Amino acid sequence: MTTRIVELRRGILKKNDELAAVLRGRYKAAGVLVLNLVSSPGTGKTAFLERTLRELKERGARVAALVGDLETDNDARRLAASGAPVRQINTHGICHLDADMIDRHLEGWDLAELEYLFIENVGNLVCPSSYDLGERVRVALLSVTEGEDKPLKYPTLFNSADAAVITKMDLAEPCGFDRDLALHNINEIRPGIRIFETSAKTGAGMDEWLTYLAEERALCRGQN
Amino acid sequence: MHELSIVSSIVESVTESVAAYPGATVREVRLRVGALASVVVDSLEFCWGIATEGTAMAGAKLVVIVVPVVMHCEACAEDVELRSLQSFRCPRCGELVADLRQGRELEIESFEIDEVEEKA
Repeated sequence: MTTRIVELRRGILKKNDELAAVLRGRYKAAGVLVLNLVSSPGTGKTAFLERTLRELKERGARVAALVGDLETDNDARRLAASGAPVRQINTHGICHLDADMIDRHLEGWDLAELEYLFIENVGNLVCPSSYDLGERVRVALLSVTEGEDKPLKYPTLFNSADAAVITKMDLAEPCGFDRDLALHNINEIRPGIRIFETSAKTGAGMDEWLTYLAEERALCRGQN
Repeated sequence: MHELSIVSSIVESVTESVAAYPGATVREVRLRVGALASVVVDSLEFCWGIATEGTAMAGAKLVVIVVPVVMHCEACAEDVELRSLQSFRCPRCGELVADLRQGRELEIESFEIDEVEEKA
C-alpha cells in the first residue's frame, strides 16, 4: 500500500457554474435583463414582483417570470394575472433554485422576445446565494417587519447582492422601522449597493425601481 | 440546508477522479470553504457520513479548510483580511470595502488515497 495525495482544485458547484455561464451567454445574446429575487419567506417578493410586472406591462415592456417554491403553483397564478408569461418551478423540498432548473423551465420560450426576465427564488436567505442562475442582477429583499439587523445576520446573501429592495414601506411607521439603521446595515455588508424603498401596496418607490431596471437593461444590451 | 446536495456533488466528483486509481481506498478529502460561501461546516460533516455510506469514500475523513474573506481596500491600496462578517470595513483604516478578493471558495482541494501496489 502506498499513500498518494491527488490535487483536484475543483469547484464543488462546477456543474452549476458552467451551466450558469451558458445561460448568462444566452441572456446576453438575447438582450434580456435577468434578475434573481432572493429573500426570506414572507418578505413580499411575490407582491413586489406582481406590481413590477404590472407596471412594466403598462409601459409596454415584454416581461416574463419564473417563480420557485417548494410546493404549489399559487405564486405563478398570482403573477400570471399581470398578463405576463409565468412558469412555476416546484423544487419539492430543495431550498434553492439552480441553473439546471432554470434551463429546463426556459424551454420553449424565445428569450429574444423578452426584455425582462424575473426569477423569484425560493424563500430562503442562505442557500440561494451559492447558486448562480446566470442572472445579471441579484436582488436581496427585506421587509420592514423583519428587523433592521437582517443584513448582519445573513451577510453571505446580502454581500452577494447587486441591489437591495426594502418592501412594505407602508408599514414602516406602525412597525417602528428604523430606516436609517436598516440603510446603514445594508451598506455595512454591501458598501455602495443601490437600495430601493418600496411598497407594492401604495406604489411608493416603484418609479425609481423601474428606472433602475431600464438603466440595467440598456447596459445589458450595450454589452452585446 | 443545501449541505447534503453539496456533499453529494463532492462524492460524485471524487468518485469520478478516483476511478483512475483502481482498487484505491479514499482516506481523506480536503475542502476549501470560504467564510462567505453560505455553507455550514458542521452540517457538511454531518452529511458526509450519510452521503459516503456504501461508496468508495465510506469511512474517509472530511477536512474543511475555512478560507477567510479578503477585500481590497482602495484607501490602503492593499488586500486586507476582514475581521467580522458584520462589517465590511478595512481593519486598518476603517473605510468601507466593496471589492471582494477571496472568501466565496467552495472547492475540493485534494483527496488522499491508499493505492494497491501492483505485484511484480
